[in-house]
Amino acid sequence: MIEVKDINKSFGDNHVLHDFSAEFEAGQVNLIIGQSGQGKSVLTKCIVGLMEVDSGSVLYNGRDFSKMKRKERKEIRTEIGMLFQGSALFDSMTVEENIMFPLKMFTKMSKKEMQERADFCLDRVNLKGRNKLLPAELSGGMMKRVAIARAISMKPKYLFCDEPNSGLDPSTSILIDNLIQEITYEYGMTTVVITHDMNSVIEIGDHIVFIHNGRNWWQGTKEEIIKTDNQEIIDFVYASKFMKSLKGKLA
Amino acid sequence: MSYIVSIGKYVGMIKGVFSKPERFKVYYTRTLTEIETIGINSAGIVAILSVFMGAVISLQTASNMDSPLLPKYTIGYITRSSTILEFSPTIISLILAGKVGSNIASEVGTMRVTEQIDALEIMGVNSLSFLVLPKVIAAVFFFPFLIICSMGLSIIGGYYAVTLSGLASHEEFTFGIRAFFKTSDITYALIKTCVFAFIIVTVSSYYGYFTKGGALDVGKSSTQAVVWSSIVILLTNFILTQLILM
Ligand SMILES: Nc1ncnc2c1ncn2[C@@H]1O[C@H](COP(=O)(O)OP(=O)(O)OP(=O)(O)O)[C@@H](O)[C@H]1O
Ligand SMILES: [Mg+2]
Repeated sequence: MIEVKDINKSFGDNHVLHDFSAEFEAGQVNLIIGQSGQGKSVLTKCIVGLMEVDSGSVLYNGRDFSKMKRKERKEIRTEIGMLFQGSALFDSMTVEENIMFPLKMFTKMSKKEMQERADFCLDRVNLKGRNKLLPAELSGGMMKRVAIARAISMKPKYLFCDEPNSGLDPSTSILIDNLIQEITYEYGMTTVVITHDMNSVIEIGDHIVFIHNGRNWWQGTKEEIIKTDNQEIIDFVYASKFMKSLKGKLA
Repeated sequence: MSYIVSIGKYVGMIKGVFSKPERFKVYYTRTLTEIETIGINSAGIVAILSVFMGAVISLQTASNMDSPLLPKYTIGYITRSSTILEFSPTIISLILAGKVGSNIASEVGTMRVTEQIDALEIMGVNSLSFLVLPKVIAAVFFFPFLIICSMGLSIIGGYYAVTLSGLASHEEFTFGIRAFFKTSDITYALIKTCVFAFIIVTVSSYYGYFTKGGALDVGKSSTQAVVWSSIVILLTNFILTQLILM
């Protein structure tokens, strides 16, 4: 479980996060939703320690990340898998090498075991046999899927995905959503997914946090978000004409 | 003020670079790759430059020797000492600052802006030592070889320029090359080279590593890397020359 307590983060005058608090339980898919520029990526970077918070704390299973020693931080990090918004694949390495990289650095696996693990992960993201391609030879959606494969290669305890299905077609998008859900339940991971995609919200949102004006504006389950009469959520979810008309019909 | 902050940041970076590697074997293979990209791939340009540099130095020396009192072997002598003491270690290092420095800054800078460095950090890898240490080792070990080759090629260039144009004979030039030879000159040149190699790699990595923004900023970092590694090389050269020759 990850607890976020009263995080503040500003860039100069731009106060991005205000006393943000939330809890992300293990074994369920936690979603963070909110408009563009509301600080979703900044929030995840603060949680994983890529950005220093101005105040507040982040607890991993009760242990305060900011108070940890270097070595402990490192240990926690080998338990974190992260999918970046821009994939962040190592472009000098092939698909397979990308996936094997954390294994090479932190496990004592033999080359054959690593290769098997890479094949397994690639198979899970429907990219079997693309082992030898370079990131430059992949489409945007394929890069995302390789990045997911890399993020899960170490069987992480904590998984962060920044917009895993932006830029993907609906069927691949659902595939990715299901994959994230499956592995979360299977490994009992604490998964945090940032998304704009309302399909994902309804599909896999066990716990949803809506971030607005840098605050934890609303949280609840996918059943609750459908019924809520919180105006900001309604504006966010029913932004398109299509959704508005749908809501009219449902009402 | 901002210079002091930058120097502090640079020193902090150097500390990060020399922290304990996670996996020795991975670092070893990375160092070999870097020797190829940083060192071997620069051999061609170093060779061409050295030959022409030596040729021009000897021709200039020959054409400026008006006095009949000066013996002809002076041409060989001056070509040798200026090449070994200054031209090969300093000029070639400046050229390498341009080629290797911009290369390193844009590689590391691109990794920064595309979040690849964040990805390394998240995995628990010390990104600084992972990215920079193999480059430092590769350059500090391999540049001296390049410079020794450069010295040899410069002298050969000078030899052919002078003998083919008939400004001095084979005997005169080779006598000059051997005259008053001190091995300490070579040692001095190689020490300088190692220091310059360290400067090129660390200053360029600094600009790459702390790039903020996008592709445009990577270009800017790369220019800054070349400018500042050159300036630092020239300053250090001045200080080292004072220290060693005094
Ligand atoms: N490194 C940075 N330096 C300065 N400001 C930043 C930095 N990163 C983010 N910001 C600012 O923080 C705010 C939140 O950005 P963030 O990337 O978290 O948005 P987001 O919610 O992830 O949006 P999107 O859905 O478009 O990805 C923005 O106003 C942005 O300008
Ligand atoms: Mg974002």
